[in-house]
Amino acid sequence: MTGDGASLGRKVDDKSVELFLGKLLRWGVLLAALVVFVGGVWFVAESSDVPQNYRVFRGEPAELRAVPQIVDQAIALRPLGLIQFGLLLLIATPVARVLFSVLGFALERDWIYVVITLLVLGLLVYTLTSRSGI
Amino acid sequence: MNTLEFTLVIALGSFLAGMLGSLTGLGGGVVIVPLLTLVFGVDIRYAIGASLVSVIATSSGAAAAYLREGYSNMRVGMFLEIATTVGAVSGAFLAGYLHTSIIAIVFGLVLLYSAYTTTQTLADPPAGMAPDRIATVLRLDGTYPSSDGLKSYRVRNVPIGFGLMYVAGVLSGLLGIGSGAVKVLAMDQAMKIPFKVSTTTSNFMIGVTAAASAGIYLRRGYIDPGLAMPVTLGVLAGALVGAKILPGAKVRTLRIVFGVVIAALAVEMIYQGVRGKM
Repeated sequence: MTGDGASLGRKVDDKSVELFLGKLLRWGVLLAALVVFVGGVWFVAESSDVPQNYRVFRGEPAELRAVPQIVDQAIALRPLGLIQFGLLLLIATPVARVLFSVLGFALERDWIYVVITLLVLGLLVYTLTSRSGI
Repeated sequence: MNTLEFTLVIALGSFLAGMLGSLTGLGGGVVIVPLLTLVFGVDIRYAIGASLVSVIATSSGAAAAYLREGYSNMRVGMFLEIATTVGAVSGAFLAGYLHTSIIAIVFGLVLLYSAYTTTQTLADPPAGMAPDRIATVLRLDGTYPSSDGLKSYRVRNVPIGFGLMYVAGVLSGLLGIGSGAVKVLAMDQAMKIPFKVSTTTSNFMIGVTAAASAGIYLRRGYIDPGLAMPVTLGVLAGALVGAKILPGAKVRTLRIVFGVVIAALAVEMIYQGVRGKM
């Protein structure tokens, strides 16, 4: 393997970057699924006999729509907030993958791909954090 | 049905969808929306939100195994992700303005196309093609492991592939699916990338594409935790089990059965859409 940290730069290749990314994604998904599961069990245990009606679209309340509010709800240990936070972690796994790809391409000194990857990352971060509805 | 029963039934249905999707290589996302809307009467906007999150889960969950095999091409994936993410944002934007009946009809048509692809067997392109100028500048050509050592391949028709990827992104953002069928069309048919490389690279791109529209859906309030929870966990568990039993499975028969199921769901989606019942 070429993932030798001491020889930074030249020895980093696509393969070692990909293996690292694969592990990162797997752990990210496992963590997210665990949070969703814990929140889900709690939600089901606390909920009433009548399930929510999904036939009519009303949209989620404001506290489950934006990243800062969802984090607040999760910290306050609200079951629905926990699930939504786990779903956010899940949405974050591909974003993390793109972020680490920027570093990987930079270590390979492949500047065209650093720019390409930054473009994708910028778009992802914008859509996730923008307050104005696109 | 109380909340527990509702959650378990949705989780079971999603588990089956995830398992079939992983066994046939079509992804579970294509049947989640018809399952939720046609069988459980869920509003298509909630269904699309839940499906989109589950698509990210299967893509990221399968990536570790795919990456180890060494088939996927990171440069092809990353370059085309510019097209798919911009497309996904356009699709999510469109979804806010189109009537749900129109979305249902488009969904049905994409389902029909996916069903059709299950009957196709793709042949790998011939070796020894001349280099393509854009592919050379972008260093898109690659190699993949085969029974007789590393095989190299050349990437062709980059602009057409890029354009088709934009369309795949729009469909993904509009319908909350991975659009794997269109992505493979762009890479196999247009760009002449070998089948194993295109499917694994496509899986990798699906998560990033879906993440680009997930933020927009979240802010619009389409992603309901009570519904997305059983769908995501069910699809994820199903996909993992599917990948485990894949080596011993009769994939050909399964593909035909799944293709027929998808075609039937497609016709029903279009019918309900035309009646204005979605």
